[in-house]
Amino acid sequence: MATNYLAKRFGQAILTLVATIALSFVLYHAMPGSPTESLKNVILSQQAAAGGSTVNIERLNRLVALYTNVQPDQPLYVQFYQYFSSIILEQDLGTSIYENKPVTTLIFERIPWSMFISVYAMVVGYSLSVLIGAVMAFKEKSRFDSVSSVVLIGLNSVPYYIVGILLIYFFAIQMSWFPYGGRVSSSVTAGFNVPFMRSIVMHAVLPIFSMSMLGLGGALTMRGNSVRVLGEDYLRVAKLRGLRGSRIATQYVGRNAILPMYTQFMIGIAGVFSSAVIVEQIFSYPGVGLLMYNAIQTQDYPLLMGSLIIFTTVTVVAIFIADLTYGFIDPRISAGADNE
Amino acid sequence: MNDQESDDKVDLEELFDSSVEHEPTPMGERVRRTADLTLVAPARVALTDWRAVVGTLILFGFFLAGTAGVVLVDRPTSGDAPILAPPFQNLNYILGTDTFGQPIGAQLIHATPAMFKMIFAGAVVSIGVAALVGLLSGFMRGTVVDTVLMSVTDIVITIPGLPLVIVLMAIFAPKNPYVVGVLLGLDNWPGLARTVRSQVLSIRQESYVEASRIMGLSTGTILRRDLLGQLMPYITINSALASRRIIFESVGLYFLGILPFTTFNWGVLMNLAYKGGALNRPQMLHWLIFPMVTIFLMSFGLVLFSQGMDSVFNVRLRARHASTTSDNSAMDQGQGDGDV
Repeated sequence: MATNYLAKRFGQAILTLVATIALSFVLYHAMPGSPTESLKNVILSQQAAAGGSTVNIERLNRLVALYTNVQPDQPLYVQFYQYFSSIILEQDLGTSIYENKPVTTLIFERIPWSMFISVYAMVVGYSLSVLIGAVMAFKEKSRFDSVSSVVLIGLNSVPYYIVGILLIYFFAIQMSWFPYGGRVSSSVTAGFNVPFMRSIVMHAVLPIFSMSMLGLGGALTMRGNSVRVLGEDYLRVAKLRGLRGSRIATQYVGRNAILPMYTQFMIGIAGVFSSAVIVEQIFSYPGVGLLMYNAIQTQDYPLLMGSLIIFTTVTVVAIFIADLTYGFIDPRISAGADNE
Repeated sequence: MNDQESDDKVDLEELFDSSVEHEPTPMGERVRRTADLTLVAPARVALTDWRAVVGTLILFGFFLAGTAGVVLVDRPTSGDAPILAPPFQNLNYILGTDTFGQPIGAQLIHATPAMFKMIFAGAVVSIGVAALVGLLSGFMRGTVVDTVLMSVTDIVITIPGLPLVIVLMAIFAPKNPYVVGVLLGLDNWPGLARTVRSQVLSIRQESYVEASRIMGLSTGTILRRDLLGQLMPYITINSALASRRIIFESVGLYFLGILPFTTFNWGVLMNLAYKGGALNRPQMLHWLIFPMVTIFLMSFGLVLFSQGMDSVFNVRLRARHASTTSDNSAMDQGQGDGDV
């Protein structure tokens, strides 16, 4: 049964990837003007800027094909087949028009940095929200509970990028505790040494903190769930059995209260990866998000589509991993029960 | 619990006396009862909940700014006032001015109508699609329709929303606020669709829905009569939350400069101030702060409103505040606060 569940989730992940690639293909064709017409314009203007010679249509089509893997002179289904197979079989996402480098090379240079801040933001945000929510539920109707409720509602109303700006203002500019941009200080030598690592961490703290705001909305849900679990009969039984408080809190309340938040966390993964685009721009943190932002400024469509596909791939993989672990937390799921 | 006797004694007597020509309830009485149940009672509940009151007041304020405010306050133009006037100095530009001499308060007000258009379009799209998909797939559980719809939902959940929206915006460069709203709403529906589906699945088990099915009522009728009413709380609360998300995303995209600067927008103000180095220059700080405060206020209003609605839709609370229903206070003692 468990393999059945995993196979289903795996199929879902593959389907999502295929859908995204198909979507990017459709988007190439949906650009204003005829298919890839706008791309030709971009290439033409690039060539004109470089003082290039006259360009004929065939050469232009070849260039478009080289950059995007879409061959404008072929029938549509051939185009799609070639586009699809070059991405899947050759891991070729096209070539950046602006940088004139393969898109995959550009993205893979950056992806570890984006993953670094996103994953930590997720871990920090979710653990904080679970922790705060649980404490609020245990101290229901206390002063802590009411104050943090208001604070959380307030935080829910502040977009994470505004949190980022405020963090820069107070902690980078006013206090100068943290640097306000970049991913590592230029004065330290790269390598496996303490100043370098320290610099990386210091640069990442503010972006991570502002992205983790996205996860904090879960605290109120966690509180509600915990309050409900605390009223259950099995909890009274557990107390009467004289179990340790810590065991009741983690194995009885915690586990049962976190389960319903699963879907919320799943959607949250996509949300946190998404937020990288805005946060990296604010902190000028050179990850995939900033790459994508620059691609928009320079109308570098291959790079833009490549970033979209990579963002989706990363999210799909992250959600698949979460799915694998979810089977351990909730045995009902791997037993094949569908009670959503 | 002797509410059977007090509950519309006249109706009961008439019901069992078949010789009497049944007098229909007078029109005025029926209108009064409906109004009491659908308007007065919810309003009474809302008045006891500070979150609903404050939230509604804030949203009403924004509504005024977007309608009357636009008429009363002149459209700001460059050179209206001295450049970078500090806030709270002059009554004509109470929030100060920017580097072009445009009053900031007037710009904030003139950005409101476009914001409402975006929110409206986005909320209609995301809630409409979510309700449709959730209802259909919940009602046709186990069929091909359900499988296909849920697969699509899972795919859209997984694709990171913001990068996708950014690619769409970069390609189509929409200027019309309605179009922006629709594009933002496109990735916003899957979470609610899943909630609606699971609600439908649980309501479907209820005996009265089963009775309707046995009576041979069409799916459409059952959906409309039995399910939609039950789902209204989710739909209203999620509309408010979807609106908040659309504000966050649209302002974020304007702030990054990805959307074309065609109208006044809070994000455009933030972009210009941030790019102008407002964080490092105290004399420019108000240019950045007031848009941020506005965004915070509006989403704070929406969050409070959605939480207040949560208590308004609580049937037991509403019954206690309705004058047409009998007062069975024994039933809802101690239940008013278990729903946070």
